[in-house]
Amino acid sequence: MDLKYGVGLLVILIIIIAVLTFGTGSNYDRIEIAGSTSVQPVAEKLAEKYMEEHPNVRVDVMGGGSGLGIRSVSQDIIAIGTSSKALKTSEKDGLIEYPIGREGIVVAVNTNNPVNSLSKNQLKDIFSGNITNWNEVGGLDGRINLVIREDGSGTRSAFEDLVMNKTKVKSDAIVQTSTESIKVAVKQDPNAIGYISLAHMTPDVKALKIDGVSPSIETIKDGTYKLQRPFLFVTNGEPKGPVKEFIDWCLGPEGQEIVKNEKIVPET
Amino acid sequence: MYRFIPPKIAQKIMTGVFWASGLLTILILLVIIGYVLLKGLPVVNFEFIFADPVNSGRSGGIFPFIMSSIYVTLIAVLVATPLGVGAAVYLSEYAGENRLVKLIRFGAETLSSIPSIVFGLFGLAFFVIYMGLGWSVLSGGLTLALMALPTILSASEVSIESINKSYAEGSLALGATKWQTIYKVVIPAALPGITTGVILGMGRAIAEAAAVLYTVGAALMIPTSIMDAARPLPLHLYILATEGLSMDNAWGTAAVLVIMILIITVVTNTLVDRYRKKMMGR
Amino acid sequence: MSKWNEEFFIEKGLLLTAISSVIVIALIIIFIFREGLPALQSVGFFSFLFGMEWAPSNGQYGIFPMIIGSLGITALSLLMAVPLGVFCAIFLSEIAPSKIRKILNPTIQTLAGIPSVVYGFFGLVLLVPFMRVQFGGTGFSMFTASVILTVMILPIIVSVSEDALRSIPVEYKEASLALGATHWQTIKNVIFPAAIPGIITSVILGMGRAIGETLAIIMVAGNVVQIPGSIMDPVRALTSNIAIEMGYATGVHYNALFATGIVLVFMIIVLLVIANYFHYKKKVTIGGGYL
Repeated sequence: MDLKYGVGLLVILIIIIAVLTFGTGSNYDRIEIAGSTSVQPVAEKLAEKYMEEHPNVRVDVMGGGSGLGIRSVSQDIIAIGTSSKALKTSEKDGLIEYPIGREGIVVAVNTNNPVNSLSKNQLKDIFSGNITNWNEVGGLDGRINLVIREDGSGTRSAFEDLVMNKTKVKSDAIVQTSTESIKVAVKQDPNAIGYISLAHMTPDVKALKIDGVSPSIETIKDGTYKLQRPFLFVTNGEPKGPVKEFIDWCLGPEGQEIVKNEKIVPET
Repeated sequence: MYRFIPPKIAQKIMTGVFWASGLLTILILLVIIGYVLLKGLPVVNFEFIFADPVNSGRSGGIFPFIMSSIYVTLIAVLVATPLGVGAAVYLSEYAGENRLVKLIRFGAETLSSIPSIVFGLFGLAFFVIYMGLGWSVLSGGLTLALMALPTILSASEVSIESINKSYAEGSLALGATKWQTIYKVVIPAALPGITTGVILGMGRAIAEAAAVLYTVGAALMIPTSIMDAARPLPLHLYILATEGLSMDNAWGTAAVLVIMILIITVVTNTLVDRYRKKMMGR
Repeated sequence: MSKWNEEFFIEKGLLLTAISSVIVIALIIIFIFREGLPALQSVGFFSFLFGMEWAPSNGQYGIFPMIIGSLGITALSLLMAVPLGVFCAIFLSEIAPSKIRKILNPTIQTLAGIPSVVYGFFGLVLLVPFMRVQFGGTGFSMFTASVILTVMILPIIVSVSEDALRSIPVEYKEASLALGATHWQTIKNVIFPAAIPGIITSVILGMGRAIGETLAIIMVAGNVVQIPGSIMDPVRALTSNIAIEMGYATGVHYNALFATGIVLVFMIIVLLVIANYFHYKKKVTIGGGYL
């Protein structure tokens, strides 16, 4: 009795694995993309549309952060890494960058916060801990609670390059590992301030004007809104075959149309 | 002083203490599981289980993740079972007590207590990068196989050793070779115990997230080949919770995981029960 | 092929499967060392192990605060889980009616199999806000993490201790009761002392799981690299450090995370050696007639 069950089970397992390995699915080209969680939504849209048009290609889009994308592509684990910040020279080493668009970083506060605008210097002082109370920048009395992204996040790295200029961020800032969780923290705390990407902006938090300019597709395009960074696809060496075709398609008119619909400013 | 408390009263007090701590332990554990099911089950329906995720898993279903879990677990079990059972047969039927056997036992014991994140590190360095398998169902499955191996080994060994020695002696006396005896007599008799070990190993593999964090990737589509990236359920739950994508879907995923483990435990217990009864019967 | 030949190959084949776990352990150690040693060389063994600063962007790699974090969380959770777990085991083996036991044993087994991320998620959503309201601060703390760990290691401690208590020969108990001792006196003076080696094994197993736990701790411990001033401060464990930073680490930082893995493996092997010592002792005490 038991022997029969065991053998039966084993046969079923082997059949499933065999189907999995040699089934119809294995005759396709595989492109694995991983990295910035800010780039992930637009990359998913691009992949979805591309797979509709090219059924023999499978494009897997994963998150993990810009740092993970850059590291993994240089280790040849994945075909394309995504980054929401410019690469440092130490990171470049044989990697090729393909800018697919530019995007803004929004400084977000609670909707009940009366402050509407900050200068870039005020922002720096707030995040470095020189300004610790909202009443110093025209708000109500209340301790400023910083919400930042984790080390390895492209948004954090871009924000620190653009705003902090090598000054250290205050060490007791609360660290959240995604744009969504920063929004949740800011939504719940009237004294919180955090940064998110423009594509994730929703009315449940308030976007601050920076140096008097509010973030929008237009102000990013004409360069008046200063907190902007590139969205990059990164490959290790010159891409070939299906990977090259995919990147060309993304940079072509069809791909750039999708990019525009995601509140990202096309590079061209 | 304590020692002058009359024994009868001490007996009553301590019985109360034991009941309290026993019930408290069970209560704590049941509250957690109950809460997870309470919050998660309303999310779980046909749609949730069989639909694709929408918008990086913020909404939609978890079907690709269920399939990912099944695939990595199958690979883990298929690889670990022959190794574990073979090793158990060798240890209980062929080996004496020598240095090598001691080394093998220490190896298996160490393997069973190495932290899962260290398996993950090893999987990344060895399968993903050194062997060039990339983030794939195969890399993740092999990493999990190493974790399931000691569980299957020790359960099989216990089960083979508990078999009545006279079976094997009878078979040998009839002129069967050692291998024929093992293959036709010992293994069939030990099969329920071995199956229990395999299911326990399966439980360990299906619940694991840290070891697959950097070995299977985090793909959102159903893997259709063993070289595809995937995202098993525990990893999906971890990503949903830490990235704050969707608490509802996270509760649903947690509930599905708990139910899977419940099923595995019930199956294991039924097998063990039947096995025990059979052994008693003889 | 002759019968003898076949037997020979089968035996060697089985030997090969038996050695596989040794090979795997060797491979793990080789690869972890291969990737981790460069960091130990460039940072220096002592400044890696006892360094107080972990700041990869400044090239500082000291894991001492995380060693304290791991040990602190583990010690706190053992402090809560061991008394509760051992009492629960005594309850199950000595006091509970067999009907209750038949329901509870599978329940505890199930709980041991629940994925750790589920416990972590529960902690993140319910325990962290609760701690924030009760004790102030962010709610992410060493204490929160150890409460979650307590729940995770309870099933192990209960089931292994129960096995140990149950394996005490029933004659010991009968003799004690026959001499007029109460049930509690018998448990305290006869059964519990005889089961101590097994109970210690259960504690060590629980400790191993606690030190090795990763994702559940990340979700509730706050992950700040600092030596905690109180149990309500956030801490980072060694395992969490690897899981959090492995994603983006490059160069020496990447190697330093593997070196963190070396430290973990070393800690586990030490625990195993201690556990084996008690296992050996257990045989002696029971076989040699402890009473």
